[in-house]
Amino acid sequence: MADKRKYVIPGDVVTTGPFRPEQNTVLDGNKIISTTIGISEIYDDSVRVIPLTGKYIPKINDLVIGKVNSHTSLSWELDINSCYVGFLPAQDVFGRDFSAHADELATKLRTGDLVAARIANFDRTRDPLVSISDRDLGKIDSGVLMEISPSKVPRLIGKKGSMIQMIEEATDAAITIGQNGWVVVSCESPEGLLKAKKAIQMVNEQAHVANLTDQVKEMLDKKGES
Amino acid sequence: MGGREATMVLMDENGKRCDGRTVDEPRRIMIKAGGLKNADGSSYIEFGDNKILVGVFGPRDVHPKHMSDTDTGILRVRYHMEPFSVGERKNPAPSRREIEISKVIKEALEPAVMLEKFPRTAVDVFIEVLQADGGTRCAALTAASVALADAGIPMRDMVAAIAAGKVADTVILDVNNEEDQAGQADMPIGYMPNLEKITLLQLDGVLTPEEYKKCVQVGVDGCKLVYELQKKALNDKYFGNKGD
Repeated sequence: MADKRKYVIPGDVVTTGPFRPEQNTVLDGNKIISTTIGISEIYDDSVRVIPLTGKYIPKINDLVIGKVNSHTSLSWELDINSCYVGFLPAQDVFGRDFSAHADELATKLRTGDLVAARIANFDRTRDPLVSISDRDLGKIDSGVLMEISPSKVPRLIGKKGSMIQMIEEATDAAITIGQNGWVVVSCESPEGLLKAKKAIQMVNEQAHVANLTDQVKEMLDKKGES
Repeated sequence: MGGREATMVLMDENGKRCDGRTVDEPRRIMIKAGGLKNADGSSYIEFGDNKILVGVFGPRDVHPKHMSDTDTGILRVRYHMEPFSVGERKNPAPSRREIEISKVIKEALEPAVMLEKFPRTAVDVFIEVLQADGGTRCAALTAASVALADAGIPMRDMVAAIAAGKVADTVILDVNNEEDQAGQADMPIGYMPNLEKITLLQLDGVLTPEEYKKCVQVGVDGCKLVYELQKKALNDKYFGNKGD
Protein backbone atom coordinates (compact mmCIF):
# COMPACT_ATOMS: atom_id res chain seq x y z
CA MET A 1 0.00 0.00 0.00
CA ALA A 2 1.04 3.56 0.53
CA ASP A 3 4.59 4.21 1.51
CA LYS A 4 6.57 7.41 2.03
CA ARG A 5 3.84 9.44 3.68
CA LYS A 6 4.84 13.06 3.92
CA TYR A 7 3.33 16.28 5.24
CA VAL A 8 2.98 18.75 2.38
CA ILE A 9 1.79 22.31 1.78
CA PRO A 10 0.86 23.92 -1.58
CA GLY A 11 3.86 24.05 -3.91
CA ASP A 12 5.78 21.24 -2.24
CA VAL A 13 7.25 18.69 -4.63
CA VAL A 14 5.80 15.33 -3.58
CA THR A 15 7.97 13.25 -5.88
CA THR A 16 9.55 13.18 -9.30
CA GLY A 17 9.30 10.49 -11.91
CA PRO A 18 6.71 8.59 -13.90
CA PHE A 19 3.71 8.79 -11.58
CA ARG A 20 0.11 9.64 -12.34
CA PRO A 21 -0.98 12.78 -10.45
CA GLU A 22 -4.31 12.11 -8.71
CA GLN A 23 -6.28 13.94 -6.03
CA ASN A 24 -4.85 17.36 -5.10
CA THR A 25 -1.69 17.14 -7.17
CA VAL A 26 -0.53 18.64 -10.46
CA LEU A 27 2.21 17.63 -12.85
CA ASP A 28 4.83 20.25 -13.72
CA GLY A 29 7.51 18.88 -16.03
CA ASN A 30 8.44 15.67 -14.23
CA LYS A 31 7.69 17.05 -10.78
CA ILE A 32 4.46 16.24 -8.98
CA ILE A 33 3.35 19.20 -6.90
CA SER A 34 0.87 19.25 -4.04
CA THR A 35 -1.91 21.84 -4.32
CA THR A 36 -3.16 21.70 -0.76
CA ILE A 37 -2.15 21.14 2.85
CA GLY A 38 -2.26 17.43 3.52
CA ILE A 39 -0.54 14.09 3.69
CA SER A 40 0.97 12.74 0.48
CA GLU A 41 0.74 9.08 -0.42
CA ILE A 42 2.76 7.42 -3.17
CA TYR A 43 1.28 4.26 -4.67
CA ASP A 44 2.79 2.00 -7.34
CA ASP A 45 1.99 4.30 -10.22
CA SER A 46 0.08 7.22 -8.75
CA VAL A 47 0.39 9.99 -6.19
CA ARG A 48 -2.29 11.65 -4.14
CA VAL A 49 -2.57 14.11 -1.28
CA ILE A 50 -5.17 13.56 1.44
CA PRO A 51 -6.36 17.07 2.29
CA LEU A 52 -6.50 18.31 5.87
CA THR A 53 -8.63 21.35 5.12
CA GLY A 54 -11.09 22.65 2.58
CA LYS A 55 -14.73 22.71 1.61
CA TYR A 56 -16.73 19.80 0.27
CA ILE A 57 -16.56 19.42 -3.50
CA PRO A 58 -19.28 17.09 -4.88
CA LYS A 59 -18.14 13.85 -6.48
CA ILE A 60 -20.33 11.41 -8.41
CA ASN A 61 -21.65 8.56 -6.21
CA ASP A 62 -20.95 10.34 -2.93
CA LEU A 63 -23.53 9.87 -0.21
CA VAL A 64 -24.44 13.29 1.19
CA ILE A 65 -26.88 14.67 3.73
CA GLY A 66 -28.87 17.54 2.25
CA LYS A 67 -31.22 20.09 3.74
CA VAL A 68 -34.15 21.25 1.61
CA ASN A 69 -33.70 24.93 0.83
CA SER A 70 -36.66 25.59 -1.42
CA HIS A 71 -38.53 24.08 -4.29
CA THR A 72 -40.02 25.05 -7.64
CA SER A 73 -42.87 23.16 -9.29
CA LEU A 74 -40.37 20.72 -10.83
CA SER A 75 -37.52 20.27 -8.40
CA TRP A 76 -36.09 20.78 -4.94
CA GLU A 77 -32.94 22.67 -4.06
CA LEU A 78 -30.78 21.08 -1.38
CA ASP A 79 -28.12 22.70 0.74
CA ILE A 80 -25.30 20.14 0.66
CA ASN A 81 -22.70 22.13 2.61
CA SER A 82 -20.78 22.96 -0.56
CA CYS A 83 -20.29 25.91 -2.88
CA TYR A 84 -22.95 24.40 -5.16
CA VAL A 85 -26.58 23.56 -4.38
CA GLY A 86 -27.90 20.06 -4.95
CA PHE A 87 -30.63 19.75 -7.56
CA LEU A 88 -33.27 17.08 -6.87
CA PRO A 89 -35.77 16.66 -9.72
CA ALA A 90 -39.36 15.79 -8.81
CA GLN A 91 -39.44 12.72 -11.07
CA ASP A 92 -36.92 11.15 -8.76
CA VAL A 93 -39.41 11.20 -5.89
CA PHE A 94 -42.79 10.89 -7.61
CA GLY A 95 -41.73 8.46 -10.34
CA ARG A 96 -42.03 8.79 -14.07
CA ASP A 97 -45.72 9.71 -14.09
CA PHE A 98 -44.99 12.94 -12.25
CA SER A 99 -47.18 15.79 -13.38
CA ALA A 100 -46.48 19.35 -12.39
CA HIS A 101 -50.23 20.06 -12.20
CA ALA A 102 -51.36 17.09 -10.15
CA ASP A 103 -48.49 16.62 -7.73
CA GLU A 104 -47.56 19.11 -5.09
CA LEU A 105 -43.89 18.88 -4.08
CA ALA A 106 -44.48 20.12 -0.56
CA THR A 107 -46.40 16.92 0.25
CA LYS A 108 -43.22 14.87 0.01
CA LEU A 109 -40.40 17.16 1.17
CA ARG A 110 -40.72 20.50 2.90
CA THR A 111 -38.21 23.26 3.44
CA GLY A 112 -35.88 22.30 6.28
CA ASP A 113 -36.28 18.54 5.83
CA LEU A 114 -33.12 16.46 5.84
CA VAL A 115 -32.52 13.86 3.14
CA ALA A 116 -29.86 11.27 2.56
CA ALA A 117 -29.00 11.54 -1.12
CA ARG A 118 -26.47 10.37 -3.63
CA ILE A 119 -24.71 12.63 -6.14
CA ALA A 120 -26.03 11.24 -9.43
CA ASN A 121 -24.22 13.56 -11.79
CA PHE A 122 -21.89 16.48 -11.52
CA ASP A 123 -19.74 18.33 -13.99
CA ARG A 124 -18.33 21.80 -14.03
CA THR A 125 -21.08 23.21 -16.24
CA ARG A 126 -24.06 22.55 -13.97
CA ASP A 127 -25.02 22.21 -10.33
CA PRO A 128 -24.83 18.66 -8.96
CA LEU A 129 -27.81 16.44 -9.67
CA VAL A 130 -28.78 14.35 -6.65
CA SER A 131 -30.96 11.29 -6.40
CA ILE A 132 -32.82 9.69 -3.50
CA SER A 133 -34.20 6.69 -5.35
CA ASP A 134 -32.13 3.94 -3.83
CA ARG A 135 -32.09 1.78 -0.74
CA ASP A 136 -31.19 3.67 2.45
CA LEU A 137 -31.73 7.01 0.73
CA GLY A 138 -34.55 9.47 1.18
CA LYS A 139 -36.04 11.64 3.88
CA ILE A 140 -34.51 11.36 7.33
CA ASP A 141 -37.32 11.27 9.92
CA SER A 142 -35.42 11.28 13.17
CA GLY A 143 -31.98 11.93 14.55
CA VAL A 144 -29.61 14.72 15.42
CA LEU A 145 -27.61 16.58 12.79
CA MET A 146 -23.93 17.16 13.49
CA GLU A 147 -21.44 19.08 11.41
CA ILE A 148 -17.84 17.96 11.07
CA SER A 149 -15.12 19.14 8.74
CA PRO A 150 -15.55 17.37 5.34
CA SER A 151 -11.82 16.59 5.28
CA LYS A 152 -12.23 14.51 8.43
CA VAL A 153 -15.02 12.26 7.09
CA PRO A 154 -12.60 9.47 6.05
CA ARG A 155 -11.20 9.46 9.59
CA LEU A 156 -14.67 9.09 11.10
CA ILE A 157 -15.41 6.14 8.83
CA GLY A 158 -12.03 4.57 9.52
CA LYS A 159 -10.31 1.76 7.64
CA LYS A 160 -13.09 -0.35 6.08
CA GLY A 161 -15.58 1.37 8.36
CA SER A 162 -13.81 0.29 11.56
CA MET A 163 -14.24 3.53 13.48
CA ILE A 164 -17.92 4.03 12.73
CA GLN A 165 -18.74 0.38 13.33
CA MET A 166 -17.12 0.56 16.72
CA ILE A 167 -19.07 3.67 17.72
CA GLU A 168 -22.33 2.15 16.48
CA GLU A 169 -21.78 -1.09 18.36
CA ALA A 170 -20.83 0.62 21.60
CA THR A 171 -23.78 3.00 21.61
CA ASP A 172 -26.52 1.19 19.67
CA ALA A 173 -26.87 4.34 17.56
CA ALA A 174 -27.56 4.47 13.84
CA ILE A 175 -25.15 6.90 12.24
CA THR A 176 -25.44 8.19 8.68
CA ILE A 177 -22.33 9.95 7.44
CA GLY A 178 -22.53 12.27 4.47
CA GLN A 179 -19.32 12.85 2.55
CA ASN A 180 -20.15 16.56 2.84
CA GLY A 181 -19.39 16.53 6.57
CA TRP A 182 -22.95 16.32 7.81
CA VAL A 183 -23.70 13.41 10.09
CA VAL A 184 -27.08 12.25 11.38
CA VAL A 185 -27.10 10.30 14.63
CA SER A 186 -30.21 8.56 15.89
CA CYS A 187 -30.47 6.38 18.94
CA GLU A 188 -33.19 4.95 21.14
CA SER A 189 -31.49 5.74 24.42
CA PRO A 190 -30.46 9.31 25.33
CA GLU A 191 -27.19 8.11 26.89
CA GLY A 192 -26.21 6.29 23.71
CA LEU A 193 -26.97 9.40 21.69
CA LEU A 194 -24.84 11.58 23.93
CA LYS A 195 -21.97 9.11 23.82
CA ALA A 196 -22.11 8.75 20.04
CA LYS A 197 -22.16 12.54 19.66
CA LYS A 198 -19.18 12.86 21.97
CA ALA A 199 -17.26 10.22 20.02
CA ILE A 200 -17.93 11.98 16.71
CA GLN A 201 -16.88 15.29 18.22
CA MET A 202 -13.70 13.65 19.45
CA VAL A 203 -12.84 12.33 15.99
CA ASN A 204 -13.50 15.77 14.50
CA GLU A 205 -11.21 17.53 16.95
CA GLN A 206 -8.42 14.98 17.15
CA ALA A 207 -8.36 13.58 13.63
CA HIS A 208 -4.57 13.92 13.47
CA VAL A 209 -3.90 11.72 16.54
CA ALA A 210 -2.29 8.40 15.65
CA ASN A 211 -4.12 5.77 17.73
CA LEU A 212 -7.45 7.55 17.78
CA THR A 213 -9.51 4.35 17.48
CA ASP A 214 -8.12 3.09 20.79
CA GLN A 215 -8.73 6.40 22.51
CA VAL A 216 -12.32 6.59 21.28
CA LYS A 217 -12.86 3.00 22.39
CA GLU A 218 -11.49 3.85 25.81
CA MET A 219 -13.81 6.82 26.10
CA LEU A 220 -16.83 4.73 25.05
CA ASP A 221 -16.02 1.92 27.49
CA LYS A 222 -15.35 4.22 30.41
CA LYS A 223 -18.62 6.08 30.05
CA GLY A 224 -20.54 2.82 29.92
CA GLU A 225 -19.45 1.79 33.41
CA SER A 226 -20.19 4.98 35.24
CA MET B 1 10.51 58.22 -2.94
CA GLY B 2 12.26 59.83 -5.86
CA GLY B 3 14.00 63.06 -4.94
CA ARG B 4 12.35 63.86 -1.63
CA GLU B 5 14.55 65.69 0.89
CA ALA B 6 16.36 63.25 3.16
CA THR B 7 16.53 64.93 6.54
CA MET B 8 17.42 61.80 8.49
CA VAL B 9 20.48 59.57 8.19
CA LEU B 10 19.28 56.41 6.47
CA MET B 11 22.63 54.67 6.57
CA ASP B 12 25.55 55.33 8.88
CA GLU B 13 29.24 54.93 8.10
CA ASN B 14 29.25 51.33 9.38
CA GLY B 15 26.61 50.31 6.83
CA LYS B 16 23.89 50.12 9.51
CA ARG B 17 20.40 51.34 8.61
CA CYS B 18 18.21 53.75 10.58
CA ASP B 19 16.68 50.92 12.63
CA GLY B 20 20.02 49.16 13.14
CA ARG B 21 19.62 46.48 10.47
CA THR B 22 22.27 45.47 7.93
CA VAL B 23 21.59 45.98 4.21
CA ASP B 24 20.18 42.50 3.57
CA GLU B 25 18.45 41.91 6.88
CA PRO B 26 14.64 41.78 6.98
CA ARG B 27 12.62 43.01 9.93
CA ARG B 28 11.30 40.56 12.53
CA ILE B 29 8.56 38.48 10.87
CA MET B 30 5.95 36.38 12.68
CA ILE B 31 3.20 34.53 10.79
CA LYS B 32 0.34 32.60 12.36
CA ALA B 33 -2.11 30.47 10.37
CA GLY B 34 -5.73 30.29 11.54
CA GLY B 35 -7.25 32.26 14.37
CA LEU B 36 -10.59 33.39 12.94
CA LYS B 37 -13.36 30.89 13.65
CA ASN B 38 -15.99 32.14 11.22
CA ALA B 39 -13.67 32.43 8.21
CA ASP B 40 -12.86 29.36 6.09
CA GLY B 41 -9.20 30.28 6.33
CA SER B 42 -7.27 33.00 8.13
CA SER B 43 -3.85 34.23 9.10
CA TYR B 44 -2.12 36.94 11.10
CA ILE B 45 1.23 38.48 10.28
CA GLU B 46 3.57 40.79 12.14
CA PHE B 47 6.13 42.18 9.73
CA GLY B 48 8.29 44.58 11.74
CA ASP B 49 5.69 47.01 13.10
CA ASN B 50 3.06 46.01 10.52
CA LYS B 51 0.18 44.01 11.95
CA ILE B 52 -2.23 42.50 9.45
CA LEU B 53 -5.17 40.12 9.77
CA VAL B 54 -6.49 38.18 6.76
CA GLY B 55 -9.72 36.20 6.42
CA VAL B 56 -10.63 34.02 3.43
CA PHE B 57 -14.10 32.79 2.47
CA GLY B 58 -14.98 30.36 -0.21
CA PRO B 59 -15.33 28.97 -2.72
CA ARG B 60 -18.88 30.21 -2.31
CA ASP B 61 -21.81 31.61 -4.27
CA VAL B 62 -21.17 34.83 -6.15
CA HIS B 63 -23.28 37.83 -5.19
CA PRO B 64 -24.15 39.83 -7.22
CA LYS B 65 -24.83 36.96 -9.63
CA HIS B 66 -23.75 38.83 -12.76
CA MET B 67 -20.15 38.86 -11.54
CA SER B 68 -19.91 35.07 -11.73
CA ASP B 69 -17.98 33.40 -14.54
CA THR B 70 -19.18 30.12 -16.03
CA ASP B 71 -15.63 29.11 -17.00
CA THR B 72 -13.83 29.73 -13.76
CA GLY B 73 -14.10 30.90 -10.18
CA ILE B 74 -13.27 34.51 -9.39
CA LEU B 75 -10.97 35.97 -6.78
CA ARG B 76 -12.03 39.09 -4.91
CA VAL B 77 -9.62 40.91 -2.64
CA ARG B 78 -10.29 43.77 -0.27
CA TYR B 79 -7.31 45.52 1.27
CA HIS B 80 -8.39 47.87 4.01
CA MET B 81 -6.56 50.00 6.54
CA GLU B 82 -8.10 50.58 9.93
CA PRO B 83 -8.62 54.23 10.96
CA PHE B 84 -6.18 53.63 13.83
CA SER B 85 -3.51 51.89 11.72
CA VAL B 86 -1.58 55.11 11.03
CA GLY B 87 -0.58 58.18 13.05
CA GLU B 88 -3.32 60.49 11.89
CA ARG B 89 -6.83 59.01 11.66
CA LYS B 90 -7.41 57.43 8.27
CA ASN B 91 -10.85 57.78 6.76
CA PRO B 92 -12.27 54.24 6.77
CA ALA B 93 -13.78 54.62 3.29
CA PRO B 94 -11.74 52.83 0.61
CA SER B 95 -9.22 55.28 -0.81
CA ARG B 96 -7.70 55.34 -4.29
CA ARG B 97 -4.57 53.75 -2.84
CA GLU B 98 -6.46 50.91 -1.14
CA ILE B 99 -8.42 50.09 -4.29
CA GLU B 100 -5.17 49.93 -6.24
CA ILE B 101 -3.44 47.70 -3.67
CA SER B 102 -6.48 45.38 -3.63
CA LYS B 103 -6.15 44.99 -7.38
CA VAL B 104 -2.40 44.51 -7.24
CA ILE B 105 -2.67 41.80 -4.55
CA LYS B 106 -5.47 40.08 -6.43
CA GLU B 107 -3.38 39.91 -9.57
CA ALA B 108 -0.36 38.68 -7.61
CA LEU B 109 -2.38 35.79 -6.14
CA GLU B 110 -4.19 34.78 -9.32
CA PRO B 111 -1.29 32.83 -10.92
CA ALA B 112 -1.07 30.65 -7.80
CA VAL B 113 -4.74 29.95 -7.12
CA MET B 114 -6.41 27.23 -9.21
CA LEU B 115 -9.86 28.78 -9.49
CA GLU B 116 -10.70 26.97 -12.72
CA LYS B 117 -11.67 24.01 -10.52
CA PHE B 118 -14.65 25.93 -9.14
CA PRO B 119 -16.62 27.56 -11.96
CA ARG B 120 -19.42 29.97 -10.95
CA THR B 121 -17.99 30.57 -7.49
CA ALA B 122 -16.00 33.27 -5.74
CA VAL B 123 -13.15 33.25 -3.25
CA ASP B 124 -13.13 36.35 -1.07
CA VAL B 125 -10.00 37.60 0.65
CA PHE B 126 -10.37 40.27 3.31
CA ILE B 127 -7.19 42.01 4.43
CA GLU B 128 -7.34 44.29 7.45
CA VAL B 129 -4.25 46.36 8.23
CA LEU B 130 -4.31 46.94 12.00
CA GLN B 131 -1.01 48.78 12.15
CA ALA B 132 1.02 50.07 9.21
CA ASP B 133 4.74 50.75 8.98
CA GLY B 134 5.77 50.58 5.32
CA GLY B 135 5.64 47.48 3.16
CA THR B 136 2.05 46.57 4.01
CA ARG B 137 1.29 45.29 0.52
CA CYS B 138 4.05 42.70 0.73
CA ALA B 139 3.09 41.66 4.24
CA ALA B 140 -0.58 41.49 3.20
CA LEU B 141 0.22 39.37 0.14
CA THR B 142 2.32 36.98 2.24
CA ALA B 143 -0.46 36.63 4.83
CA ALA B 144 -3.20 36.28 2.18
CA SER B 145 -1.35 33.36 0.62
CA VAL B 146 -1.14 31.59 4.01
CA ALA B 147 -4.86 32.24 4.63
CA LEU B 148 -5.77 30.81 1.20
CA ALA B 149 -3.79 27.65 1.94
CA ASP B 150 -5.48 27.46 5.35
CA ALA B 151 -8.88 27.65 3.62
CA GLY B 152 -7.92 24.67 1.47
CA ILE B 153 -8.12 26.53 -1.83
CA PRO B 154 -6.01 24.55 -4.35
CA MET B 155 -2.82 26.44 -5.15
CA ARG B 156 0.09 25.73 -7.49
CA ASP B 157 2.47 27.37 -5.05
CA MET B 158 2.59 29.78 -2.15
CA VAL B 159 3.27 33.45 -2.85
CA ALA B 160 5.86 35.13 -0.63
CA ALA B 161 6.55 38.85 -0.87
CA ILE B 162 9.04 41.41 0.39
CA ALA B 163 10.30 44.79 -0.81
CA ALA B 164 13.78 45.61 -2.01
CA GLY B 165 14.92 49.20 -2.47
CA LYS B 166 17.69 51.74 -2.58
CA VAL B 167 18.76 54.19 0.10
CA ALA B 168 21.98 56.16 0.29
CA ASP B 169 22.98 54.64 -3.09
CA THR B 170 22.88 51.13 -1.61
CA VAL B 171 20.52 48.29 -2.51
CA ILE B 172 18.66 47.11 0.61
CA LEU B 173 16.15 44.42 1.58
CA ASP B 174 12.82 45.10 3.33
CA VAL B 175 12.16 48.83 3.07
CA ASN B 176 10.62 50.32 6.22
CA ASN B 177 8.45 53.42 6.49
CA GLU B 178 11.32 55.93 6.89
CA GLU B 179 13.31 54.38 4.03
CA ASP B 180 10.18 54.38 1.87
CA GLN B 181 9.51 58.08 2.56
CA ALA B 182 13.08 59.34 2.19
CA GLY B 183 14.82 56.63 0.18
CA GLN B 184 15.62 56.59 -3.51
CA ALA B 185 13.67 53.52 -4.67
CA ASP B 186 11.16 50.96 -3.43
CA MET B 187 10.48 47.68 -5.24
CA PRO B 188 7.85 45.27 -3.84
CA ILE B 189 8.32 41.73 -5.17
CA GLY B 190 5.96 38.77 -4.97
CA TYR B 191 7.50 35.40 -5.78
CA MET B 192 6.44 31.77 -6.06
CA PRO B 193 9.49 29.97 -4.62
CA ASN B 194 8.91 26.46 -5.97
CA LEU B 195 7.86 27.52 -9.46
CA GLU B 196 10.52 30.26 -9.41
CA LYS B 197 8.14 32.83 -10.88
CA ILE B 198 7.58 36.46 -10.00
CA THR B 199 3.91 37.44 -9.57
CA LEU B 200 4.29 41.01 -8.35
CA LEU B 201 6.87 43.58 -9.32
CA GLN B 202 6.42 47.29 -8.80
CA LEU B 203 9.02 50.04 -8.76
CA ASP B 204 8.83 53.51 -7.32
CA GLY B 205 12.04 55.48 -7.91
CA VAL B 206 14.95 55.49 -10.28
CA LEU B 207 17.47 52.65 -10.69
CA THR B 208 20.24 51.94 -13.18
CA PRO B 209 19.93 48.64 -15.07
CA GLU B 210 22.59 47.10 -12.80
CA GLU B 211 20.85 48.28 -9.65
CA TYR B 212 17.55 46.99 -11.02
CA LYS B 213 18.98 43.50 -11.53
CA LYS B 214 20.54 43.55 -8.08
CA CYS B 215 17.26 44.74 -6.51
CA VAL B 216 15.30 41.89 -8.11
CA GLN B 217 17.91 39.38 -6.92
CA VAL B 218 17.92 40.74 -3.36
CA GLY B 219 14.11 40.73 -3.34
CA VAL B 220 13.83 37.16 -4.61
CA ASP B 221 16.32 35.97 -1.99
CA GLY B 222 14.28 37.80 0.65
CA CYS B 223 11.08 36.10 -0.57
CA LYS B 224 12.72 32.74 0.00
CA LEU B 225 13.32 33.71 3.64
CA VAL B 226 9.65 34.76 3.97
CA TYR B 227 8.56 31.48 2.37
CA GLU B 228 10.30 29.48 5.09
CA LEU B 229 8.26 31.36 7.68
CA GLN B 230 5.01 30.74 5.76
CA LYS B 231 5.87 27.07 5.69
CA LYS B 232 6.57 27.10 9.41
CA ALA B 233 3.23 28.80 10.16
CA LEU B 234 1.29 26.12 8.23
CA ASN B 235 3.36 23.27 9.66
CA ASP B 236 2.74 24.56 13.19
CA LYS B 237 -0.99 24.62 12.70
CA TYR B 238 -1.50 21.37 10.81
CA PHE B 239 1.35 19.06 11.73
CA GLY B 240 2.36 20.43 15.14
CA ASN B 241 5.96 21.01 13.99
CA LYS B 242 6.33 17.48 12.68
CA GLY B 243 6.52 18.72 9.08
CA ASP B 244 9.80 18.92 7.30
